[in-house]
Amino acid sequence: MSLKSKLHEIKESFKGKKMAPAFNALHTFLYTPNEVTHNGTHIKAVDDLKRTMNTVIIALVPCLIFGIFNAGYQHYLAQGMIEAADGFLGASFWTWDNFEIGAWTILPLVVVSYGVGLLVEFIFAVIKGHEVEEGYLVTGMLVPLIVPVDIPLWMLAVAVVFGVVIGKEVFGGTGMNILNPALTIRAFLFFAYPTWMSGDKVWVHGAVERDQMIAAGQTNLDAISGETILGTYAQNGVTNYDYWDMFWGIIPGSVGETSKFLIIIGAAFLIFSKIGSWRIMLSTVIGALAMGLIFNAVVDAGIITESSKFYGLMDVPFWQHLIIGSILFGAVYMATDPVSAAQTNKGKWIYGFLIGFISIMIRVFNPAYPEGVFLAILLMNVFAPTIDHYVVQGNVKKRMKRLKVKAA
Amino acid sequence: MALLSKKDSKLLKDPLLDNNPITIQVLGICSALAITAELKASIVMTVSVLFVMGVGNVVISLMRNIIPSKIRIIVQLVVVASLVIIVDQVLKAFAYELSKTLSVFVGLIITNCIIMGRFEAFALGNGPYRSFLDGIGNAAGYGFILILVGFFRELLGSGTLLGISVLGDPIAKTGLYAIGYENNGFMLLSPMALIVVGLIIWVQRARNKDLIED
Repeated sequence: MSLKSKLHEIKESFKGKKMAPAFNALHTFLYTPNEVTHNGTHIKAVDDLKRTMNTVIIALVPCLIFGIFNAGYQHYLAQGMIEAADGFLGASFWTWDNFEIGAWTILPLVVVSYGVGLLVEFIFAVIKGHEVEEGYLVTGMLVPLIVPVDIPLWMLAVAVVFGVVIGKEVFGGTGMNILNPALTIRAFLFFAYPTWMSGDKVWVHGAVERDQMIAAGQTNLDAISGETILGTYAQNGVTNYDYWDMFWGIIPGSVGETSKFLIIIGAAFLIFSKIGSWRIMLSTVIGALAMGLIFNAVVDAGIITESSKFYGLMDVPFWQHLIIGSILFGAVYMATDPVSAAQTNKGKWIYGFLIGFISIMIRVFNPAYPEGVFLAILLMNVFAPTIDHYVVQGNVKKRMKRLKVKAA
Repeated sequence: MALLSKKDSKLLKDPLLDNNPITIQVLGICSALAITAELKASIVMTVSVLFVMGVGNVVISLMRNIIPSKIRIIVQLVVVASLVIIVDQVLKAFAYELSKTLSVFVGLIITNCIIMGRFEAFALGNGPYRSFLDGIGNAAGYGFILILVGFFRELLGSGTLLGISVLGDPIAKTGLYAIGYENNGFMLLSPMALIVVGLIIWVQRARNKDLIED
């Protein structure tokens, strides 16, 4: 007896009972159901919600694997135990040691994110008596990629419960949410536990622990730390990472957002498979570049000088804003979320442009939130329906005018 | 014999749950969000509003036949304002520190929609005794939510209740903090108060399906 028929049997035995959605979901996660509709002509499309979700997950896997190696690499590098890697294929980067320590810190994040999130989804499906929705599949993968490596697991669990319930279920579940659930989770963590979400200690595995041990009186240890590049610039500092390090992603940062190279590959995959909207990705990049150019012009005009606290980030060449921080990750995987983004094509351009524009604005003007991308996307999530409304109304008006001209 | 007739006790009980001014009528939200980060402030606010509404409703009810209807709002404002000034002065005299925490919000009791709402809807048309019960009932319903929200926000946000730490010392890492627990800073921000109020509304409507509007 194959696994499929066994699952089918279990499912049938629970039919009509309270727990039915849970078993249905288990079955359909793995196999196509046996049931077919009997009447009428049908159009068959393979790109259902599950396929869509899986495509995004495939696009995220390279970022996750890179994140695992990077976590180990940053850990050992900060302790001075290995040489800095030389480029993407650097010898000290793709090592078993790096993978081992990275896997031990990051896979638990993935497990907690999926475990808690799917549990909440199952509970809601059982209470409401509908099928388990697949919406959490991508969220569950995104969440571990946008948090610092050492975030305590219970905090992540609390945030996931909050994000899924308040960000999604209260609005009616998958497809009805106003805000991106993964970013809701990050926002919750950011405002609830700021000490674990920003600063120079959280981006390298073991740094906080090290600090506490030193505070407790162990003097044979050196403190380790790793400021993100944005954090350094925000304090008018000079970073010692070069542009290629930033592009390949061998820098401290949230788990999955550092490698711009892999994000671009993921973006190409999403555009090629027509899952992600290239309009949103492109317009976000344009928006970020536009804001960067404006800031550069302000510095060039001498309005902001080196004594200003904004100087460090304003003086960054405009194109560099794309490779520091997580604007690209946000543009490719977050802003393109089809539920919370604008729906009309013209709306997508406006929506994306404003995300990029506002992200860089927050980044520069608020040193407390150097990573403004998630705030910008959440803000534009809220405005997306309004943008769509005006785009549609504008279209209606245009057509009405055309009609009048013809009639006259 | 019961202390109150059935009709009168309904005046007191209804606003506590099924016709709660905050969660059902969605009035007085501003102060519920602003001052509930600490339980103590919530309690003081509750007591103040109990006083203002109880006395205010009686005063308006007594004057209801002599107030010209064209200027009734002004008259109501004068009554509330006088009562609020009394509360403010008492707080400043006996609980100065607390009055600084509550700062402008005591003054803003004047604009609390619940109070004006009850004056308009009830005290202008009913006798002083029933108006008193109605005022106390509504203020208690308001205060109940305030204290509930204040309880959760202070407990989860600062780990204290009425200023006494109940979960251990976050700096010396005792109690819950020893095993890695940390206070939720989001709880101290107003948006979380709105979410907590929302959750209370959710629980309330899940328990009593009659409250769900279509």
